[in-house]
Amino acid sequence: MSQWKTLCRVADIPKLGARRVTRASGGDIAVFRTADDKVFALLDRCPHKGGPLSQGIVFGESVACPLHNWTIGFHDGCAAAPDVGCVQKFSVRLDGDTVSLDLDELNGVVPEPEPAKALA
Amino acid sequence: MKKMKLVMVGNGMAGVRTLEELLKIAPDLYEITVFGAEPHPNYNRILLSPVLAGEQTLDEIVLNPLSWYAEHGITLHLGKKVVGVNRRQRVVTAEDGTQASYDRLLIATGSNPFILPVPGKDLQGVIAYRDIADTNTMIETARTHKHAVVIGGGLLGLEAANGLMLRGMQVTVVHIMPWLMERQLDDAAARMLQKSLEDRGLKFMIGAQTEALLGDDGGRVKAVRFKDGTEIAADLVVMAAGIRPNVELAEKIGLHCQRGIVVTDTMQTVTDPRIYSIGECAAHRGIAYGLVAPLFEQAKVCATHLGEFGIGRYLGSQTSTKLKVTGIDLFSAGDFTGGDGTEEIVLSDPYGSVYKKLVVRDDILIGACLYGDTADGSWYFDMVRERKNVASIREHLMFGQAHLGDTGHAGNNLASGMPDTAEVCGCNGVKKGTIVKAIRERGLFTLDEVRKCTKASASCGSCTGLVEQILMATAGAGYSAAPKMKAVCGCTDANHGQVRDAIRERHLLTIAEVYAQLNWRTPNGCASCRPAINYYLISTWPHEALDDPQSRFINERAHANIQKNGTFSVVPRMWAGETSAAELRRIADVVDKFKIPTVKVTGGQRIDLLGVKKEDLPAVWKDLGMPSGHAYGKTLRTVKTCVGSEWCRFGTQDSTKMGKELERALWRMYAPHKVKLAVSGCPRNCAESGIKDVGIIGVDSGWEIYVAGNGGIKTDVAQFFCKVGTHEEVLEVSAAFLQLYREEGWYLERTVHYVGRVGLDHVKAKVLDDAANRQALAARLRFALDGLPDPWFEFDKAAVDARQFEPLTV
Repeated sequence: MSQWKTLCRVADIPKLGARRVTRASGGDIAVFRTADDKVFALLDRCPHKGGPLSQGIVFGESVACPLHNWTIGFHDGCAAAPDVGCVQKFSVRLDGDTVSLDLDELNGVVPEPEPAKALA
Repeated sequence: MKKMKLVMVGNGMAGVRTLEELLKIAPDLYEITVFGAEPHPNYNRILLSPVLAGEQTLDEIVLNPLSWYAEHGITLHLGKKVVGVNRRQRVVTAEDGTQASYDRLLIATGSNPFILPVPGKDLQGVIAYRDIADTNTMIETARTHKHAVVIGGGLLGLEAANGLMLRGMQVTVVHIMPWLMERQLDDAAARMLQKSLEDRGLKFMIGAQTEALLGDDGGRVKAVRFKDGTEIAADLVVMAAGIRPNVELAEKIGLHCQRGIVVTDTMQTVTDPRIYSIGECAAHRGIAYGLVAPLFEQAKVCATHLGEFGIGRYLGSQTSTKLKVTGIDLFSAGDFTGGDGTEEIVLSDPYGSVYKKLVVRDDILIGACLYGDTADGSWYFDMVRERKNVASIREHLMFGQAHLGDTGHAGNNLASGMPDTAEVCGCNGVKKGTIVKAIRERGLFTLDEVRKCTKASASCGSCTGLVEQILMATAGAGYSAAPKMKAVCGCTDANHGQVRDAIRERHLLTIAEVYAQLNWRTPNGCASCRPAINYYLISTWPHEALDDPQSRFINERAHANIQKNGTFSVVPRMWAGETSAAELRRIADVVDKFKIPTVKVTGGQRIDLLGVKKEDLPAVWKDLGMPSGHAYGKTLRTVKTCVGSEWCRFGTQDSTKMGKELERALWRMYAPHKVKLAVSGCPRNCAESGIKDVGIIGVDSGWEIYVAGNGGIKTDVAQFFCKVGTHEEVLEVSAAFLQLYREEGWYLERTVHYVGRVGLDHVKAKVLDDAANRQALAARLRFALDGLPDPWFEFDKAAVDARQFEPLTV
């Protein structure tokens, strides 16, 4: 049984934009809002070189990392081909206008992200 | 819903590419069935020559293994030649009786080799050079026999001859035309090629006409006889005298054929709207293409129509040629034969085996033929395709792009001579071996694919020529470069010019309108097109189109430069590089208060505060109390100045004052790319005006203005634009030039590339020759900049979303 922690309202996140969420440990989280008001959350750390995804350009259901333009998909947190690598994805609950995150996930031990695999 | 049925006849590169494109955009639309006459899955036909030469194996050239077909649920009938189509019942029938019904039919039957109609053509040991079976026959024959004759001294014939020679045969090439590769080379280059191949051991009979092939008692070929009665021994005869579109099936089922199956710009046959055709069998505007790049363009277009997106037209391609014989560099493109109304620029060094011919008509490069040194082939090809005016670089043209100065790859400009360990792309640290490996293993064909997979030339692009050379050498003759006018990005087929025109002509004011009117494939674009469209809107319709911060790169959204660790840098504006004790004190206090780790003087005569946390940015700006330096944007950056006549004992003009006037007039100006100015007070030019977008140099009688210089990736010296007498004139000319660039430049195009594209004469005509237009341009810039806010202080007016500086917490 998940416990949901209220984060903000949907309107607090810019359309086709993101907000950064700080937490006590485990690193920042980026919450994204798409054009049709879906909300997604990923660890705010690109699997490539750790760039803050919350600062990227949001398009469709993905974000372009501001450092080297890797495209990370919201559904799986994984980079679009040919880049390889994934970042942790967080569950988001939308209750009307309220955005909540899963408390267990927030407090959980963050698994080390898969190392980025550049082409040999 | 029941899926529609798509049947493809032919299982070659163009056809399968169409399926790949189709699956990308409409994966669930069709139930797909493929018939292939050969018993192999789709392989890279271009690489048969390296296989013959023993440089690659057959396994390595398979593009789509059987598992690929299975994964995508494609029914594959290998080794089954289609012999009939009932167009009324829409059923395809193969030789063995296999049938498949269709809603759409794609005919991609490719081409057949042309077999000379001479006696003996059916003897054993007489083959064409077209597929895996032919290649295997050649490899087998080379083991047991000695003498080979290749009929046809074109691209394919020479590659076959070279391969057979490497496999130990004595090879004679018979060519009926007066010189080798007459469609790709002029006689001078062809003679050099012939000599170089003779040095390797090939024999040639040029101008010889084959009369008959003679057989032995066992029915195997033993000699070739010519019209003049001479005979030469031959255990193997390879016919490489050209290809013909394979229209056998199409003609049989009543499709209109003329030099191929006639198709429209959407690759639909003109006879039957349910039937499409693509590849070497299709005749588009009278041309059946035989190279891979045009066919892939066709594939893309065809897929969008099959996928029912209904967008995109194929408009034909320019092609270039490269011979795939290791160690021989040869390149040709466009119309290199010259003739009436053309001028030829020729460099010929027979001793050093270098020959270059460039053909120019009306100041436009229309063709190039290179032998021995092909480093600049792709550069010339680009100019041919873009119909670029070359008047201003004419005297340098022959000496190539490297002559214009490139940085970042250690002066290397010849891919063939580079070892695998040599670095090609200095930005991303990509070595030649990595690129070659990726091309071979992943079956890459285009520059874009290489960029995506290896990142080579994906950043600054200065090594693009090298990467294209490696691509040509590895992927081979079938490669030719990207389409003439590049689309803005993968979301659309429209190019930058078309988008700009549409926004202006149709008075479009929002990104959504642009996407709807120009049939964008994606709902809200991508990180490439959104910033471009946003710029086009606000520069075309200032004070009318609304800036969209979410369509800007983070630097222009946060008004600071993001650094590798996610912190930001802050550069306050110092007008023309002049500061004061009060400003420096405030800067020092800010550094202490916010514990800013690094303070650095920039190249543009300002101070950079590095390592500022994002949440501190508003307070840092407020405490600094200085205007935004816009060091983060596609904007006017700085006006660099020397000390000038106020202090300098050599100074002839007050450059600092001029610089301040320019910077105050132009700051906050967004442009297609960053813009840098400089003003020097005398011709000693201490402010380095010669490498700026607009560079001003004071002389005794006034000011010289230079434009389109660049000190970056490619050092380009600014071109002299005009000389004027007064400050007011400097301001007006500079403003008019920059406004023209703002209106006509493509996003991320620096002034040097913009002027290179439209020609300096065009810019002069608009800015210098037409005083009324100059004033109008300057007035439009003043109007655009009038009342623009300083984003560091006027958040609301500048559409700065202040929420970004406050993180949420849980």
